[in-house]
Amino acid sequence: MSEDMTQFPLRLEGENAPMVRFMNVSKSYGELTVLDQLNLDVAPGEMMTIIGPSGSGKTTVLRMLMTLETINKGVIYVDGEPLTHMEKNGVLVPANKMHLRRMRAKIGMCFQHFNLFPHMTALQNCMEGPVQVLGLTKESARQRAEELLEMVAMSDKRDHHPSRLSGGQQQRVAIARALAMRPKVMLFDEVTSALDPEVINEVTGVIRKLVGEHHLTMMMVTHQMGFARDISDRVCFFYGGKIEEQGAPADLFGSPKKQRTKQFLSAVKEAV
Amino acid sequence: MTNWRWDFVWEILPRLIWATGNTLLAAGGGYAIALVLGLALAVAQRSRHKLSKNILRELVEFIRSTPLVLQIFFIFYVGPQFGVWLSPWTAGMVAIGLHYAAYLSEVYRGGIDSVPKGQWEAATAINLTTTQTYWRIILPQALPPSLAGMGNYLVGIFKDTPMLSVIGVGELMHTANAIGSESYRFLEPYTLVGVIFLAISLPTAALVRLLEASVRRTLGMS
Ligand SMILES: Nc1ncnc2c1ncn2[C@@H]1O[C@H](COP(=O)(O)OP(=O)(O)O)[C@@H](O)[C@H]1O
Ligand SMILES: [Mg+2]
Repeated sequence: MSEDMTQFPLRLEGENAPMVRFMNVSKSYGELTVLDQLNLDVAPGEMMTIIGPSGSGKTTVLRMLMTLETINKGVIYVDGEPLTHMEKNGVLVPANKMHLRRMRAKIGMCFQHFNLFPHMTALQNCMEGPVQVLGLTKESARQRAEELLEMVAMSDKRDHHPSRLSGGQQQRVAIARALAMRPKVMLFDEVTSALDPEVINEVTGVIRKLVGEHHLTMMMVTHQMGFARDISDRVCFFYGGKIEEQGAPADLFGSPKKQRTKQFLSAVKEAV
Repeated sequence: MTNWRWDFVWEILPRLIWATGNTLLAAGGGYAIALVLGLALAVAQRSRHKLSKNILRELVEFIRSTPLVLQIFFIFYVGPQFGVWLSPWTAGMVAIGLHYAAYLSEVYRGGIDSVPKGQWEAATAINLTTTQTYWRIILPQALPPSLAGMGNYLVGIFKDTPMLSVIGVGELMHTANAIGSESYRFLEPYTLVGVIFLAISLPTAALVRLLEASVRRTLGMS
């Protein structure tokens, strides 16, 4: 199982350094190999969308970046530094808790089922991280939270608990909560999949705004092909834990080259 | 009830009320130990350290499958052989605290397990530490489902305090026994003990149910 770690640079430097890099990353659960030698770069400020059939490893990619899953092989870099590893005496060794904690500050994530804290109001959800983790005063955390809730059009519901919010409203609060931590990379895992069709636009509208306003790097998993085509800089089609095809949305959706991509896209189209 | 003597009741009532204070103190002290220690046991059993996890699980199982009265005797009479000298009061509260900590740890574990995995993940995503995640995210949500069990064991501890009479703690049962052997009258003291237990247990149980509802409301979870 031991791996030659000298093949991995200690840092990624230079003007063209990506914001996120997966380098020969493999992940398996027991016998099941979920990701196989994945190589993937995401440029600073890029909106990268992952599409693909269920079980192809899309969620796993995001969860590894959020450090919710460990990896078996390879190295993930974020913002020039290794995320899953750290330097020790000139070689990369698996990251310890402290390193993970420092690196995690660069990443935010929104989940399919929102995962808001049910015992806190919308505002408290957005203040929790800034106060507890970033050490902001209550006042400045509140101000930041209110601005973000305004941005996601949830100001009027700021004092409501999640149980009194619709799915679309909860997801918008969840986006505000993640942004309150000022991440450099935002991850969206099927954030509209659990929503009723009529509120999907509330949430995609917020993500559209982020593309326009913030210089954020974003990675998104979605089944909404129209939305992906609209806002992505690049689309990756995952199949069986590998990138089967990737490219600009116009190319990938307009003239897919691989047979599996064509099959997937036409299957999705029929389902709509 | 030809035998019942009210004058005797009035005579012994002050002593029994005094003893009720002791009973409440022993129950309260034991419960406080059980609440804190039980939480520590529950959290430690979720740690990633396999060996300590298994040892603790066995310990909890062991405590739960031996009688409380044996544990009281053990701590009080066997403790000194290991250099642990405790007064009857302390030994009693420690024994009750330890015994009920084992039960409460299971209650807490159930409560903690009922919190969805997504809550842990969201806490990680905003970079909370494990300690912060427990105190601020998980335990507040584990509390409402645990309250019923916590209340039951509060009443349970209270009802188990008579066992402390075996090592000479001057609680209700001990006092009633003393009165009985002094006066050869057992009807009144034992009846009064029963009434006092009832008068405290029933309202406590009702109060716990009210508390449960109000906690749910405060946490915005109902
Ligand atoms: N905790 C886990 N244990 C075992 N298998 C898992 C686990 N998480 C995901 N998998 C498996 O990994 C594969 C990829 O999952 P996932 O990344 O969720 O796919 P996608 O998001 O593309 O639908 C699936 O086959 C899934 O069953
Ligand atoms: Mg998925």
